[in-house]
Amino acid sequence: MKQFWKSILKSPSGVIGLVILLLAISVAVFGPMLFPNSPWRMVQRPFLPPFTLSTVPLGTDALGRDVFAGMIFGARVSLLVGLVSTLVALVVGVPIGAMAGYFGGKVDDALMRFTEFFQTIPSFALAIVLVAILQPSIYSIVASIALVSWPPVARLVRGEVLSLRTREYVQAAVVTGQSNSWIILREILPNALSPVIVLASLMVATAILLESSLSFLGLGDPNLISWGYMVGAGRTVIRQAWWITVFPGVAILISVLGLNLIGEGLNDALNPRLSREGR
Amino acid sequence: MPKRVLLGLLLACGLTAPTLAQEPKAGGVINAVIQPEPPGLMLAMIQNGPTQMVSGNIFEGLLRYSPKLEPQPELAESWSVSEDAKTYTFKLKKGVTWHDGKPFTAADVLFSMEMLKQTHARARTNLAQVDRVEAPDDYTVVFTLKQPFGPFLGIFEVGSMPIVPKHLYEGTDFKTNAYNNAPVGTGPFMFKEWQKGSFIRLVKNPNYHEKGKPYLDEIYWQIIPDAAARSVAFETGKVDVLPGGSVENFDVPRLSKLKDTCVTGAGWEFFSPLAWLWLNNRQGPLADKRVRQAIMYAIDRDFAKDVIWNGLGKVATGPSASTIKYYTDDVKKYPYDPAKAKALLKEAGYKGEKIRLMPLAYGETWQRWGEAVKQNLQDVGMNIETIATDVAGGNQKIGDWDYDIAFTYLYQYGDPALGVGRNYISSNIAKGQVFNNVEGYSNPEIDKLFAEGAVATPDSKRKEIYEKAQKILVEDVPVAWMLELQFPTITRCKVKNLITTGIGVNDGFKDAWLDK
Repeated sequence: MKQFWKSILKSPSGVIGLVILLLAISVAVFGPMLFPNSPWRMVQRPFLPPFTLSTVPLGTDALGRDVFAGMIFGARVSLLVGLVSTLVALVVGVPIGAMAGYFGGKVDDALMRFTEFFQTIPSFALAIVLVAILQPSIYSIVASIALVSWPPVARLVRGEVLSLRTREYVQAAVVTGQSNSWIILREILPNALSPVIVLASLMVATAILLESSLSFLGLGDPNLISWGYMVGAGRTVIRQAWWITVFPGVAILISVLGLNLIGEGLNDALNPRLSREGR
Repeated sequence: MPKRVLLGLLLACGLTAPTLAQEPKAGGVINAVIQPEPPGLMLAMIQNGPTQMVSGNIFEGLLRYSPKLEPQPELAESWSVSEDAKTYTFKLKKGVTWHDGKPFTAADVLFSMEMLKQTHARARTNLAQVDRVEAPDDYTVVFTLKQPFGPFLGIFEVGSMPIVPKHLYEGTDFKTNAYNNAPVGTGPFMFKEWQKGSFIRLVKNPNYHEKGKPYLDEIYWQIIPDAAARSVAFETGKVDVLPGGSVENFDVPRLSKLKDTCVTGAGWEFFSPLAWLWLNNRQGPLADKRVRQAIMYAIDRDFAKDVIWNGLGKVATGPSASTIKYYTDDVKKYPYDPAKAKALLKEAGYKGEKIRLMPLAYGETWQRWGEAVKQNLQDVGMNIETIATDVAGGNQKIGDWDYDIAFTYLYQYGDPALGVGRNYISSNIAKGQVFNNVEGYSNPEIDKLFAEGAVATPDSKRKEIYEKAQKILVEDVPVAWMLELQFPTITRCKVKNLITTGIGVNDGFKDAWLDK
């Protein structure tokens, strides 16, 4: 573990990514304490440009709502959706991939055809349809993002498990009569984890983008402010009031970039093929 | 001896003459925005705003209405009222043909009355006072009323009573008739094609019964789903006409300042759209009058007018818009007063029960208004959850009474008997329909007042009745009245004479011409 942190802290992209992520998380956790008022509250005259009043540093939107407060509350929604939906996707995708890879044969065929069924549908289109049918709410958004993002996880885990399945230590475990679930959980999965972690960090970024796109299209939870919603609502006034779209847009950009950098850093740290000293 | 009120072509000329300072030029194509895309164009069955706007140029009614709501000739060239005010005789214009060449006669009018009673909810209500309709000859139609009905001459506008071709509809299933998709009328423009999601194309009716009209060769109704894109389309010259409500309100001042751009608020006098919140009177906290009053106090309607509607419109005082006959502002007032709202909620024993709020899915302005109202209501301690929906889904939820608070705006049609009473009388509570008394308000006294008001004579008596009704309604708050809406029509200045009547763009292309 120490080795892991050491190597991730050595890669500059990983460090930058971690700093951004920590910053975003602390904004999401502590920000609302600094802004006890709802971000929907109309506080100043509409279309107030940024940097004119210290109380509303980033200006106000078409209704006179504080853009800064919206960004802080939006961080909460974006990160929450990103993390939770990735978690759900992992919970669905990892077991399916592991079982397909371990048992092979008909089980593999059945599970992979099922996975392909989801993979053939364009994921964003499927997410839109799901949210539209289920009515937009934070739950339906998390559910639909999770539903469109688990297939790559399943495929990746299956591939890893397939290759590990033939290793001698796994065969040894089989010979000693260990149960299948024990072998999968204790022998195979821990060794298949590193690519999954890298993938997961990128999935969080994708999920944030998906949520933003859904909100942009007006399919966000109408009771929660999110960055995508802010960009979508401000889009029509971009020529009169650029700040309404630009700031949340930058927030999306930075957090997605941060997560990608972390993914890269993790990859460097976890990939055994990359030479590292002390190995 | 019947009192003859002959208003012939002379009057029409007299009214339009001042605006015809220049000689109209024939020819040209106009691109106008239609927003949102209409669900269909058969005006006898569909009365959504956009349908009226497009089809009002394909079909015609017996009458049109001036901005002061005086009747003008259209398919009827003159009309007279008997002395007992129970018999209305219309002389129809001769030489009018349908777009397919068949002549238009009184038989078409009689058939339309029968058909509309089945397919057009508002026409059915309007015709309830009619005892019988007869056609003594091919060009005369006589309406005999059960009793005198003051606003009777106000029900013949094209959207309220479109005249449909008997030879194409008689004996068919109206709902599945193929001509619903390619409507045939008598109007100045003929339906040509509809590329779903792109445009609706109307072409000049060469045999139109008013010589020389229409002046334009074609109208393209462009369908552009995004508000910003609609503004851009006007700026780049792709469209020449932005009818009311088709661009964001905060874009109106910017677009108005563009070169060669004319803006007018006229052309909505007949409709006087009034926006309000449906409040479901049946269940939960909203069944309590004090909670409904609290909602009126809690909402900052001046803010809505100034910010969301960019200063356009007027804060509503009650069920009648101020342009409607017998309007009075001598009613209980509901200024923005959150403290009073809180006190009323407390008195009513409201304990934070969840209340659903459904904005109108008509685009960004309404979305934003929903957000502002939600904030207002939350500020006084109400627990509001916004329900997202599309137009059809919203209509269905409201019609099924599956809502707590829902945005809407309705046309008022000039007279309380035509456009106001329908939303408050208990006989108009009918599940599954949208624009009736969906709030479920039931008050025998109001029922009685509206029933009496419709038929009372003389005018002073009607005034007294309707003023009383307004006072009671404003006290009871069956719905929360928000704003009298104003929809500015933005045009390129070369588009002349588009709006000459109180119906505006809906039947305006008949007189419009392009100055090239």
